[in-house]
Amino acid sequence: MSAIRTRLHVPRAPARPGEKSDFSYVQISPAGAVARPDPNAALAQTLYLADEMVRVLGDDHRAVGPWDPHLAPSDLELGLRYMLMTRQFDDRMHRAQRGGRITFYIKSTGEEAVSVAAGMALRPTDMMFPGYRNQGLQMVRGQNLVDLMCQLLSNSRDMCKGRQLPVMYHSKDARLFSISGNLATQFPQAVGWAMAAAIKNEDTLCATWLGDGSTAEADFHYALLFAQIYRAPVILNVVNNQWAISTFQSFAGGEQKSFAARGPGYGIPGIRVDGNDFLAVYAVTQWAAERARMGAGPTLIELVTYRAAPHSTSDDPSRYRPKDDHESWPLGDPIDRLKSHLIALGEWSEEREAKLQKECEEQVNAAWREAVTHGTLTDGPRLDPGTMFEDVFKDMTPHLAHQREQLEAELAQQQQDAEKKDQ
Amino acid sequence: MTQMNMIQALNSAMDVMMARDASVVTMGEDVGYFGGVFRVTEGLQRKYGPHRVLDSPISEGGIVATAIGMSINGLRPVAEIQFADYIYPAYDQIVSELARIRYRTGGEFNAPVTIRTPCGGGIRGGQTHSQSPEAVFAHVCGLKVVMPSNPYDAKGLLISSIEDDDPVIFFEPKRLYNGPFDGDPHRPAIGWSSHPKGDVPDGHYRVPIGSAEIVRPGKQVTVITYGTMVHVCIAAAESLGIDAEVIDIRTIVPLDEATITASVKKTGRCVVAHEATRFAGFGAEILSIVQEECFWHLEAPIARVAGWDTPYPHAFEWEYFPGQTRVAAALKATMEAA
Repeated sequence: MSAIRTRLHVPRAPARPGEKSDFSYVQISPAGAVARPDPNAALAQTLYLADEMVRVLGDDHRAVGPWDPHLAPSDLELGLRYMLMTRQFDDRMHRAQRGGRITFYIKSTGEEAVSVAAGMALRPTDMMFPGYRNQGLQMVRGQNLVDLMCQLLSNSRDMCKGRQLPVMYHSKDARLFSISGNLATQFPQAVGWAMAAAIKNEDTLCATWLGDGSTAEADFHYALLFAQIYRAPVILNVVNNQWAISTFQSFAGGEQKSFAARGPGYGIPGIRVDGNDFLAVYAVTQWAAERARMGAGPTLIELVTYRAAPHSTSDDPSRYRPKDDHESWPLGDPIDRLKSHLIALGEWSEEREAKLQKECEEQVNAAWREAVTHGTLTDGPRLDPGTMFEDVFKDMTPHLAHQREQLEAELAQQQQDAEKKDQ
Repeated sequence: MTQMNMIQALNSAMDVMMARDASVVTMGEDVGYFGGVFRVTEGLQRKYGPHRVLDSPISEGGIVATAIGMSINGLRPVAEIQFADYIYPAYDQIVSELARIRYRTGGEFNAPVTIRTPCGGGIRGGQTHSQSPEAVFAHVCGLKVVMPSNPYDAKGLLISSIEDDDPVIFFEPKRLYNGPFDGDPHRPAIGWSSHPKGDVPDGHYRVPIGSAEIVRPGKQVTVITYGTMVHVCIAAAESLGIDAEVIDIRTIVPLDEATITASVKKTGRCVVAHEATRFAGFGAEILSIVQEECFWHLEAPIARVAGWDTPYPHAFEWEYFPGQTRVAAALKATMEAA
């Protein structure tokens, strides 16, 4: 027998199918326990924020501690509405995919606060470079549901003119940059946007999001590097939802140290926050925004949450994690927690919640009925296929114009052949 | 008009554009305080300040990514990649992002970024400072690809590139920075001062992107080339006494097909030359177009002259470089065929 033992460490997921869920690895600070430094604080005064977990909502559903943003009940209700709308939208679009009406969908179930609370804490003039699981931002920025659905349907009113996979929205007016589909590329781009704002002396900032898995890309490094060097007014958000498809976050380097802790290594404050605590997410975003606006530079925020949904409609998580894993997630559900807080404040009730939910459902259904009138992938109005040659360049080159003519001839020929067959 | 070498002409283009348009910024490794390792950005930081002439970390991926972000926020960044050989860390940002932002957003966003980068060999750069990767970018939909061969074109094309609302990869053949190079390293180097294209207007002018130039009219054979090889091909044809029509395509994408095909239809013979490696090089694309459009006018097979399909070897630079001997062999074969 050989005495040699391999020293290669291969991380393990805490629990696989058939095993009992185990979230003992999640370090959780009590609500209200973490101090709030001045947004202008020196890096050294912020280091503990990368290891602790900022939380505002306690087990009794009350807001406690220095991070409580003291939001008016009307703002809390609005946040609840955006989150419920996001969940309704997700569920309906997931079903539309299952029914064969759209090709692909990505839900954000269980992570709604990550986008909605952050979106609400920023100004409408602030720019956003979202990832593909940030639909809450689209809701906060008032994107028309029909427009979003037409994108998902790749139909005649699709903002992307049928060129992008579903969920890759954009809106210049709403200051939402185009979602790429490649991972992490938006992170350093957002830094560039923020650098330009500073070059032009504009009072705006930029926020961007990616997942724990995507932090492994070089783009994550570029973003932190450039953000720190030029003190860009940017908020860099890592949504740590534990899973990159089947790959546990320890394979992105999260086993020994938090993702927030990457920040101080570059000279940037890192804040680890309870991503399912609406008030905490709002508060840390507000802190980072204030820091950026006073010229103190970037902040890295790690939002600790759990991807309750499959990665996408092409994924089956029961093959790589315990079936009911999400139910044991120690940070609960963001919608339930905000609802319970509003009820604890005496500002909300189960009846009002049910009514609001119904309202969202009706809005989503009405939007869907309208969206499909503009066509689906299989029937109804379509864009002219010749439009695929547009927007490669601002002005179509002769060579592309020639290819468009070739396609037109090809399609005419197909039609002719089909007619012949019918005769 | 001022006598300028290509470095001075490029510097003048940057200066003219930065003075005219406050949204023009430039960034890259050593471009700011130092003025660039090839001196193209010399004096710009003193004139326009460290906010508009940014020294960047050694991070090509980060340089291009942040340039994209700046362009989305209304700036017109000119990013310098110190050597074309260093561009690959930025490849994903160029190919998957920069090239497609207009397309994927249905025209709502666009990214007017110019990436300047010195290319080509002949300066004892070895395999990591000599590459000509233009074909790699020509294959990507949504990028314009430019390579000037003289100071006049360099300035006019750089101005057009910066003003263009689409992304441009701007290759600078570094062996031409200080003078036209005819491929013979043993002859004393000559400067641009004796070349008509070394006369450069001081102010603003454009050389249009997508337009080739017939740099030597001729009747017997069409030579299609760009970059350093323009000068090598002219010298080779003249020393053989062949009346070649030499076309400098100047822009690789979009390609001026009309000028190429009109010339080949006239001469009936064609040689395609570039410094980059031969296999799947851009010459193959030109050759296909000529074959498709001019087949019935051809009197001889089309010949290709290129670098060998090896990395650029440090010790055998001149055996690798497609010099006058290789061009002459192709010209002779083309003239003697049928």
